[in-house]
Amino acid sequence: MSAPDASYPSLPKPRFFVRDGNLLRLLIACAAIFVTMSLLKPDVFPTPENFLSMGSQFPEIGILAIAIMITMLTGGIDLSVVSVANLSGVLAALVIRTLIPADASDGQVILGLVAAIATAFLAGAAAGLINGALIAYVNLTPILATLGTMTLYTGLTVAMTRGNAVFAENRLTFIGASNLLGIIPIPLVIFAAVVAVLALILNRTPFGLKVYMLGSNLNAARFSGINVRRVLLTTYMLSGLLAAVAAIIFLGRNNSAKWDFAPSYVLQAIVVAVLAGVNPSGGSGRIAGIVLAILALQFVSTGMNMLLFTISGGQFFKEFAWGALLLIIMVANSKSERKRLPPKPKAKTD
Amino acid sequence: MLKRIFSRQETLVGVTLLALCLTIGLINPVFWTPGNWFDLARSATVTGIFAIGVLIVLVSGGIDVSFTAIAVFSMYTTTVIMNQIGFDGGMIAFFTMSAGIGVALGLINAFFIARFRLPTLIVTLGTQSLFRGFLLFVIGSKIIRDLPPGMANYSGAFLFTVTDSRGITVGLHSAVLFLVGVAILAQIILRYTMLGRSIYALGGSREAAERAGFNIVGAQIFIYAFVGLLAGLTGMIYGGLNRQANSQDIVGQELDVIAATVLGGASITGGRGSVIGTLLGVTLVTVLSNSLILMGIPSTWQRVVIGAIIIIGTAVPAIRALRTSRRANVEIEPVPAEERP
Repeated sequence: MSAPDASYPSLPKPRFFVRDGNLLRLLIACAAIFVTMSLLKPDVFPTPENFLSMGSQFPEIGILAIAIMITMLTGGIDLSVVSVANLSGVLAALVIRTLIPADASDGQVILGLVAAIATAFLAGAAAGLINGALIAYVNLTPILATLGTMTLYTGLTVAMTRGNAVFAENRLTFIGASNLLGIIPIPLVIFAAVVAVLALILNRTPFGLKVYMLGSNLNAARFSGINVRRVLLTTYMLSGLLAAVAAIIFLGRNNSAKWDFAPSYVLQAIVVAVLAGVNPSGGSGRIAGIVLAILALQFVSTGMNMLLFTISGGQFFKEFAWGALLLIIMVANSKSERKRLPPKPKAKTD
Repeated sequence: MLKRIFSRQETLVGVTLLALCLTIGLINPVFWTPGNWFDLARSATVTGIFAIGVLIVLVSGGIDVSFTAIAVFSMYTTTVIMNQIGFDGGMIAFFTMSAGIGVALGLINAFFIARFRLPTLIVTLGTQSLFRGFLLFVIGSKIIRDLPPGMANYSGAFLFTVTDSRGITVGLHSAVLFLVGVAILAQIILRYTMLGRSIYALGGSREAAERAGFNIVGAQIFIYAFVGLLAGLTGMIYGGLNRQANSQDIVGQELDVIAATVLGGASITGGRGSVIGTLLGVTLVTVLSNSLILMGIPSTWQRVVIGAIIIIGTAVPAIRALRTSRRANVEIEPVPAEERP
């Protein structure tokens, strides 16, 4: 790991790197993990099959992390993303079950799927809007508001389904099981689209600028005439909408939706966002960071699974590694911030 | 004076709790039987001790989501070690060892928080997966039902038993003494010691506390070590009461405990919160979730009710604060981003 130090000054310096030491550290960590894993498991890690499988695994957490990220940019947080995703997923599955009979024609299927996805998006946006209203108008702390709605939305999902899983009759499995042009997993395509749209919104629209301003200095934002409430409302609605997008991927991969699916994704998504360099108190963080962070974590998880699958409990090492990685990167970031020196890559990942 | 009492979150929660108890009691008299109350006390013990730890962290302006991982880590590791050495002594030794492991893990939190000044939420998120991952990977992921004798007998350690009219014998478990003891200890620390003052000061404003000469690092080390101690203790109580050591248990309850604490009036931005409020908040949530069936509400609606209570319970003071400030003709500012946890 001494090479990056020496090569740092000679790297090409587009704005991307110059402005963000954290992104550079992440990129190096990501590359280092990839190389290490490829060297340790040359026959299984750097293979097309593995890329395909990883590409269909990480998009769901990646999208949830983006949902949490935009709320963190305003200085808030959205703890309800997974419960919103489960609520939207269950609703979509219910619509599919009622609208598409077993012997449906192609037209019926397409119509039913459009209705299901629209329902999920509407539910996600509505749930996000409620979060935003509680934060912007009732003045609740984001952490509290979304903690409460997390329980509420989960509760609604339980009540609707009596706690049972709802099956989507294999109508959406094409999302989880097939590849675009035979090589790109559909979840990855969706993830790429979300990344592109969000990058555009955050970097190229007035709304994006306002989101960053809100998080860096609320008072300044207010005095410069920004409608703070409307920005908050939109941000949380967008977060709910993204959760619904993740829900469609869940549904495509599992063919069913249930109230208690993946509760640990909330914390994992926060880990991704923080690892990506999103400041939890608002104002800074980039979509590119999310992409690098989720890739790094996916490489670690998959690599560790390959290395440890023979050992009992090996699947739990991933959790340990994620925690360690988060702490290491945070300590490295805090040191470089304090000294205000050119960032030194500190991430030891092997 | 009266107005001040009524405007407190503690009063609000207390009155709600009382009204709730009366309503449930009217709908189903079973609510007032000793058996039900002993059950409630037992369920409230684990959440209650956790919540006291959470309270102290919240008052200091931090947030801890790793305490559940510490609890299960300490409990399971203690069980494994005791089984290995064939220890056949009493439960005291189990509590001591588990609490000791808890303190050690709490100090790891304190190290990252005090030394590097990292946000507490992020650190404890990291240590939560670190501790749990280490526990499941290194120490074990299987449920241990074959407990050492001292621990296996603990679930029968009742303070006293009552035989009710139907001839069923029910008992109040001695674990509730821990809750009482911890609550009194926390009350003394927070209200009557310099340490307590420094915790409130730290939560009010770190900068002001530093300039006033409070030992911030010392306070932070105490806070996270103390939470670790409480977590270790609670984990062992949990394992003893359930008569098994399951390393995949407990983690996942942290947000519920934080919600109960906040419901009891602790401010998530620090500087405010009381032991009595926390106990009331925990009791409210426990009574609510244990009694919905007694009230004839299907258990599937349980979470909806609890979620609604959390939102209403936190929204009422927020709206009240908003109104007060409007009356004073001051535009209230949402909490500035840099002060949010």
